[in-house]
Amino acid sequence: MRSQIQLMAEVREAFGMALNAIGTHKLRSSLTLLGILIGVFSIIVVATAIEALQGNIEKEMSQLGSHTFQVQRFPAIQVEDDMESVEKYLRRKRFYLSTARQLEERSTLAKHVGVTAEVDQGEVFSLYAKTAPTVSYRGMSPSAFETRNLVVAEGRALSETDMESARYVTVLGADLAKKLFPFGSPLGKWVQFRGVKYTVVGVLEAKGSIFGQSQDNFMSVPITTVLNRYGRETSLSIQVQSPSQEAFDDVVEQTRGVLRTLRKTPPGEEDDFEIVSNDSLINQFRSITLAVRAGAGIISSIALVAAGIGIMNIMLVSVTERTREIGIRRAIGAKKRNIMTQFIMEAVVLSEIGGILGVLLGIGAGNLAAAMLLTPPVFPWDWALIGLGVCSVVGVVFGTYPAWKAANLDPIESLRYE
Amino acid sequence: MSLIRIRNLTRHYVMGVETVHALRGVSLDISKGEYIAIMGPSGSGKSTLMNLLGCLDTPNSGSYELNGTNVADMDDNALAEVRNREIGFVFQSFNLLARSDSLHNVELPLIYAGVPYEDRRERARQALANVGLAERMHHKPNELSGGQRQRVAVARALVNDPSIVLADEPTGNLDSRTGEEILSLFEQLSRRGNTIIVVTHEEDVAQHARRIIRIRDGLIAADEVNPNPRAARLVGAAERVPAPA
Ligand SMILES: Nc1ncnc2c1ncn2[C@@H]1O[C@H](COP(=O)(O)OP(=O)(O)OP(=O)(O)O)[C@@H](O)[C@H]1O
Ligand SMILES: [Mg+2]
Repeated sequence: MRSQIQLMAEVREAFGMALNAIGTHKLRSSLTLLGILIGVFSIIVVATAIEALQGNIEKEMSQLGSHTFQVQRFPAIQVEDDMESVEKYLRRKRFYLSTARQLEERSTLAKHVGVTAEVDQGEVFSLYAKTAPTVSYRGMSPSAFETRNLVVAEGRALSETDMESARYVTVLGADLAKKLFPFGSPLGKWVQFRGVKYTVVGVLEAKGSIFGQSQDNFMSVPITTVLNRYGRETSLSIQVQSPSQEAFDDVVEQTRGVLRTLRKTPPGEEDDFEIVSNDSLINQFRSITLAVRAGAGIISSIALVAAGIGIMNIMLVSVTERTREIGIRRAIGAKKRNIMTQFIMEAVVLSEIGGILGVLLGIGAGNLAAAMLLTPPVFPWDWALIGLGVCSVVGVVFGTYPAWKAANLDPIESLRYE
Repeated sequence: MSLIRIRNLTRHYVMGVETVHALRGVSLDISKGEYIAIMGPSGSGKSTLMNLLGCLDTPNSGSYELNGTNVADMDDNALAEVRNREIGFVFQSFNLLARSDSLHNVELPLIYAGVPYEDRRERARQALANVGLAERMHHKPNELSGGQRQRVAVARALVNDPSIVLADEPTGNLDSRTGEEILSLFEQLSRRGNTIIVVTHEEDVAQHARRIIRIRDGLIAADEVNPNPRAARLVGAAERVPAPA
């Protein structure tokens, strides 16, 4: 109890004197903590920006239903951009509706197999809207509503009958329904796209936006209708939903096997298609950002070491300047330990002031960068705390030698120091 | 048993080729509760002796026993604790922290003694009031007169209620009235059984002590009992000394 009070008093004294000392030499102190500031800033700004982007990636994933993966020709995040690899992807066989049908038949483990095709963009008209918004025009199979995580708010989803008879019906995204039919229900009315009329049978729930882009600005029509209009060769993407998380890997394996057989991929050769799941997406994102993070980490470590040396230098100056003060403190009963605490505290406070400014500016700038991509602001607590922790370590490591020097000054010699 | 027992204490300073012998072999026994004045010409070694007695400096030869313990055997922490709890030192050159106000300066020994905040503030305020500086708590040393600084130094030395007070010219910068106030503080402490050792150039001040030691050229020239010590004139100030807690 007593020793605890004593420790508190000592730390408080040390802290007060540290602020006092830093305040006395404002310019000198700010120059010293600038190094720390830059070091912390560089890692925090990167971490903040990445975290903001990651939030978006995760939101994007909610586009797929639960335990769902997508089969497609191109990778989700393309890292290589040389002609050779682009050609490799372009040479890959497309997925046709027949592929999806056969896959559905043969994958005994899958719950749903959905097919989608993003084929066109253009203006869509209705009798009730003055303007014609530009929308994306999607072909969908009925089960794609499950696999793409789309929920019907009004009316119904596309049905097997729509699909079989390739009817001219459509289900509208929430935004689009509002724009085309500002008053009253759109159900049973028609919209016109590229000169063809489609009867509205349903409206979807809103999904919000990613990177500032609405996710609800599309019309979906039966995939068969799309193929009739845009040709049988239209490339499709196929989504497969597993009945549960446990079965997920098995479903992936089965799908892979079936697809290789259907596409006649020679054994031993790598898949000529990509399987994209939420996990694979986030892993890919992580591995890309890891390099960026590592780069920022190296830069900030170098800056922090340089800043630490700066702190050590200024602390050595400070110890010399305050030799007399040290002598006085020793003369009235300060132990070496007290002097050590005082000077290490000063180094830590100096470094922490730089650290806190670095964190604040880093988060500010990182969010500013993220705001340009229209993502919501984030506060990376973990990185901020790590940053401040590292600052304390820098303060302790580089403050120890000057503090040790101060503590080991001879009391009587220091009292005589002019 | 003596409180302080020194034998053949020497202290010299090597200055290049020259060696200054500040103390040439001093032996002394001081009992608990004594009130001693040390006199001597400038440069005779008084401050050097005080630094040794205050456990700040180490002698070149000779021995120093404090309370029966050989000071040479004490480690750094033990010495710091003795300086903090047993000894109140008034330096000839004040030695106040330039960047701290009077209150903080006086409070400092209590911080290292681990006295809780409220308690320590109160005691520091009281100590400053006792030297007549209640109005100057928040002045920094450079905002005080020489005499006021000296009084802050006295307050700091007395705040921890030390059993030994070592005062190197504590009244050197004071007018006789303020000087008397300080001396009456010492007298009060002495009456309570604390040991007081005062270095002074003024015969007047020395006459307050019950024993007067004269130093010349680093040796004790005379060591005599003062047959009728003078009482400090201003009793009023002495009454402000708080009863020991
Ligand atoms: N750090 C030092 N280095 C060299 N010589 C010193 C040192 N300290 C004291 N001396 C010398 O030791 C001698 C005694 O000094 P001391 O300070 O003890 O004298 P003093 O009796 O207190 O004098 P005063 O009355 O002027 O304060 C002096 O000659 C002084 O020059
Ligand atoms: Mg002297």
